Amino acid sequence: MTALRRSTDVTDIIITILTYVLFSAFTFICVYPFYYIIINTISANDISARGEVIFWPKQVHFQNYIDIFKVPGLWNALMISISRTVLGTTLTVGASAFLGYMFTKDKIWMRKFWYRFTIITMFFNAGIIPWYLTMKTLGLTNNFLAYILPTIVAPFYIILVKTFVESTPKELQQAATIDGAGTLMIFWRIMLPICKPILATVAIFSAVDQWNAFQDTLLLVTDSNLYSLQFILYNYIKQASSLSTLVNLQNAGSTAIASLATEQTTTSIRMTVTIIVVAPIMFVYPIFQRFFVKGIMIGAVKG
Amino acid sequence: MRTKRRSLKNESAIHFLYILPFLILLAIFAYLPLYGWIYAFFDYKPPIPLSRSPFVGFKWFASLVETQVKIDQLIQVIKNTFGISGLMLMFSWLPMIFAIFLNEIRAVRFRKAVQTLTTLPNFISWVLVYSIAFAMFSSEGMVNGLLRQLGAIDSPILFLQDSSHVWLTMWMWITWKSLGWSAIMYIAAITSIDESLYEAAYVDGATRMQVIWHVTLPSLLPTYFVLLVLQVANFLNNGLEQYFVFQNAFNKEYIQVLDLYVYNLAIGGGSYSVSVAISMMKSLISVALLFSVNQLSKWLRGEGVV
Repeated sequence: MTALRRSTDVTDIIITILTYVLFSAFTFICVYPFYYIIINTISANDISARGEVIFWPKQVHFQNYIDIFKVPGLWNALMISISRTVLGTTLTVGASAFLGYMFTKDKIWMRKFWYRFTIITMFFNAGIIPWYLTMKTLGLTNNFLAYILPTIVAPFYIILVKTFVESTPKELQQAATIDGAGTLMIFWRIMLPICKPILATVAIFSAVDQWNAFQDTLLLVTDSNLYSLQFILYNYIKQASSLSTLVNLQNAGSTAIASLATEQTTTSIRMTVTIIVVAPIMFVYPIFQRFFVKGIMIGAVKG
Repeated sequence: MRTKRRSLKNESAIHFLYILPFLILLAIFAYLPLYGWIYAFFDYKPPIPLSRSPFVGFKWFASLVETQVKIDQLIQVIKNTFGISGLMLMFSWLPMIFAIFLNEIRAVRFRKAVQTLTTLPNFISWVLVYSIAFAMFSSEGMVNGLLRQLGAIDSPILFLQDSSHVWLTMWMWITWKSLGWSAIMYIAAITSIDESLYEAAYVDGATRMQVIWHVTLPSLLPTYFVLLVLQVANFLNNGLEQYFVFQNAFNKEYIQVLDLYVYNLAIGGGSYSVSVAISMMKSLISVALLFSVNQLSKWLRGEGVV
């Protein structure tokens, strides 16, 4: 395609310039907010609170990242977020792998029915409040298990694994059966290692979902010991927002608060927590991008 | 022979037992909430349990259109849902165009950088998006800071409290978050287009726009159609998180989509039964919508989406 000589005319050149400009602009809009928050967390807090750190950091310091862990509840929230991500992801990957493999087997009582029973749940949901009332009845409010149990069986990931297993040679399983290996043995010794690439995709999706989860804490948790990082961040923003709205209504002018460069302000706390919450995603995403892309591709093919 | 058949039967039963625990989990977390619809037919006021709440039949459904105030409120909520979902439908071709023109860029490094960096926002939560919105647009945020430094304004502009363009700004945040990611599927589809089509087009002396119009675009339409159908099926499901984090006292009237309204009614106002009634109708309409668009797709293209 590139080897062929393109007919160059004026519209062509204009289009080329326009695409470069528009894509640069959109990419800038996607990246700049992250950059803005990062430079603000390492700038003098009083300058940052006045909204004057815009292009580069001013009076660089890293005290915010030390002080932030003195904020009550933050350390605990970090632990909650990490545990639900690790535990939830492990169980979801395990269950998706096992069910994805099992649903390729002919010898299951009413297999077709149970497969449909599983997949169809992607296309309806009872609604937020009926779900909340059910969880409450089950005693899953203020309960760490509420973060884990509902996510274990995920139809979309099961489809991903099943598609993958179906693409592997049947002879492998047959040979193992002849050698006397049972279903579980084959799953553990043969399927798990073979499915590694697709399981990596499932793991990355499910880890991002767990890390980002907010709604379940919002609906089911009032015990601050179970707050996740996302929820704590939300609380900080809302507190800061009510605070600043109040200040604005009172003096309707400059909101400058005189303070030392490293003294914590609502802005510095908010932004530092934001960076802590977003950091894992920012580090993980570029490295595992191909897994994300693979996930969406297979998903697209299977609808 | 007989023993073999029995062992087969046993194996099938054992396999079923293996997957049974997972099916039970699914039954509890995906199917049992449907039973929660029953709350719509009772006068449920926590902490009084459902078993001691009076049965009221369709009272709550009727109550939705009881007074003019309630009708107006429900209509506003439906308008908001339709407004935002409508904008999404109207611009549903954006990711496709994004992919087509990104593919036209010859500088590989630039293209890859754009592709990677624009997909990042898709993987952050709505809370983080709001945090970013706050950092950019609050009274002490970046935009107001810049405008103040330039001397353009004396008092900050309260973007986040603005109630006049809520649908548009909500759509813009969705687009900011998901455009790059949604384009990836189209980018993949473009790479699978037969090269010989392009070669033939160039041999015939087609310009770049003509090639896009006659080769690339038609090849992407089936993908677009599938995604469009799914989007129509999800017309009523805006989700809760985005609207919940962005809502405040000032924009509440225009930001309350059905999902947020249902939440506010129950958790904010304690009207669980009414809320479940609306939830239930929403779910039923959504499923009906899915079936209809799927059927429509079968008629039009000879194959369903689901």
